[in-house]
Amino acid sequence: MVIDTEGLTFNFGKQTVVKSLSLKVPEGSIYGFLGPNGAGKTTTIKLLMNLLKTQEGSIHIFGKELQSNRIEILSQIGSLIEQPAIYLHLSGKENLLNRALLLEIPAKRVDEMLDLVHLTNAAHKKAGQYSLGMKQRLGIALALLSDPKLLILDEPTNGLDPNGIIEIRELLIRLVSQHQKTVFISSHLLAEIERMATHVGIINYGELLFQGSIEELQALNKPQIQIEAENTVDAANFLKKNDFEVTEVDEHHIYVPFASKQNMGEINTLLNKNGYTIYSINKQQKDLEKLFLAITQNA
Amino acid sequence: MKGFILSFRSEFYKTRKTAGFWSAVILPLLICLLLFIVFFSKSEDFKTLPALMLWLRFAGAIFGIMGSFLLPMLIVFIGYSVNSIEHKADTWKTLFSLPISKLSVYAAKYFYAFFLVFLCLSLFVLFTLGFGNLLSVLKPGLRFGDYSIFGTLTQMYCKFFLSSLGILSIQFLLGLLFRDFLKPMGIGFVCIIAGDFLGGAGWKYAYLFPYSHPMLALKAFGESKGKLNAMPTITVDMFTKDTWVSLAVAIIVFIGGYFIVLKKSVK
Repeated sequence: MVIDTEGLTFNFGKQTVVKSLSLKVPEGSIYGFLGPNGAGKTTTIKLLMNLLKTQEGSIHIFGKELQSNRIEILSQIGSLIEQPAIYLHLSGKENLLNRALLLEIPAKRVDEMLDLVHLTNAAHKKAGQYSLGMKQRLGIALALLSDPKLLILDEPTNGLDPNGIIEIRELLIRLVSQHQKTVFISSHLLAEIERMATHVGIINYGELLFQGSIEELQALNKPQIQIEAENTVDAANFLKKNDFEVTEVDEHHIYVPFASKQNMGEINTLLNKNGYTIYSINKQQKDLEKLFLAITQNA
Repeated sequence: MKGFILSFRSEFYKTRKTAGFWSAVILPLLICLLLFIVFFSKSEDFKTLPALMLWLRFAGAIFGIMGSFLLPMLIVFIGYSVNSIEHKADTWKTLFSLPISKLSVYAAKYFYAFFLVFLCLSLFVLFTLGFGNLLSVLKPGLRFGDYSIFGTLTQMYCKFFLSSLGILSIQFLLGLLFRDFLKPMGIGFVCIIAGDFLGGAGWKYAYLFPYSHPMLALKAFGESKGKLNAMPTITVDMFTKDTWVSLAVAIIVFIGGYFIVLKKSVK
């Protein structure tokens, strides 16, 4: 495991922000750390970066205890926490040169990073004049500057346009697949994580509600029958009277848990025989977004 | 030590285009230039003065405002500006997640603030000597060249530097703790006025109040007549009890500040 926490707990005063968190981030994974705003994601990341002192539990990164191996561990991590930390009075290139100076990295690498995030043309422009997306890209360049083994990114696509989001996603996938990096990325948007993550952790109110591979998350996602009917409310009540479970009803559709094709046929026949007009009936996977909401709301 | 040097170099790199850095350079240049203009235009008034008196009139014009107002205000501003650069850019989290010890990062910033005050006071010495000698070249009647004030002037500014350490450490810590401009500047301004009042009034415990130290430094300058017909010299009592208090406050606040940094949640 690249990141391994056990019983990690953190309190701000009397409020427990992170509760007994046990994160397992495998090497070579893109670990999507998901949760609504205020779920405890940034606090967890700050604990992983040793910006907050661990109150309870333990953090091991690269198999070593964080507190006692802080400098060695941090030298292999690149991070972007909340808004990118950029000196607005310096140019984009000067921001990178300043970090290169601190990390003893040759200046040549700065040009490579500017090129990678498509900021070469704006390299000498003051960062204060950058758009939000450009600042975010500079923040990612700063995180990648030391060629770290582990990238910890807190909502890195905030403020990026769709093209920028795709670019970052492809960059992260490339880093993992071609350069054997591990990426720990937080987000409140499942759709964004779903497209690139190999592993997912879902947190809400400081508690880890789900952790596993993306396939394991999808396996939780049970199929259902979507019935398009003329009078959905009456048809749903009729199904309930006949001992069928109805999970959701709206103006146009009724949703019933999928059991088998035969069962689906029985529902169709039953409704038709009793005068309920059915426009369509089909098997459907619940989308992950709804699953995410279900997991976080049931907590 | 390497972490400290890297952090110190980075402090210079990122502040070299800020008002905090340039104020330490421009302030002595501007004040010495103004004095130069006054002496140049009124050179006839000073022609009768012997070399030492001439230097004292020239350099001494700065001392009064230096002790009571200029130095403390400069310190308050520097203490604020070296920290505000991180508050504004939201870069504390980056600084403290570097693979460099927190002590090195903190100490580099602390000593960089001291360096800026040191730079400013060194430039006062340099520009005072430079403009004084330039005056004696342009206006031969002004006999600045007859007396070498370098040693005395260096001692005087060294005394000012030592007296500034206590205030600087307190203002540095305030700048580190408070993001906004008003708190450290407001507290600093009120304390400077109180310090001037206590130091000027000759209160016997004023030496315990760091903001009185620049004022008390002025009182450590004396004149020694020496032998008959010999040129009088200026003496500087370098280590008075207020200087020791200033040093002690700087050390205590440095250590205390480090523990605050360790315990503080990085925003």
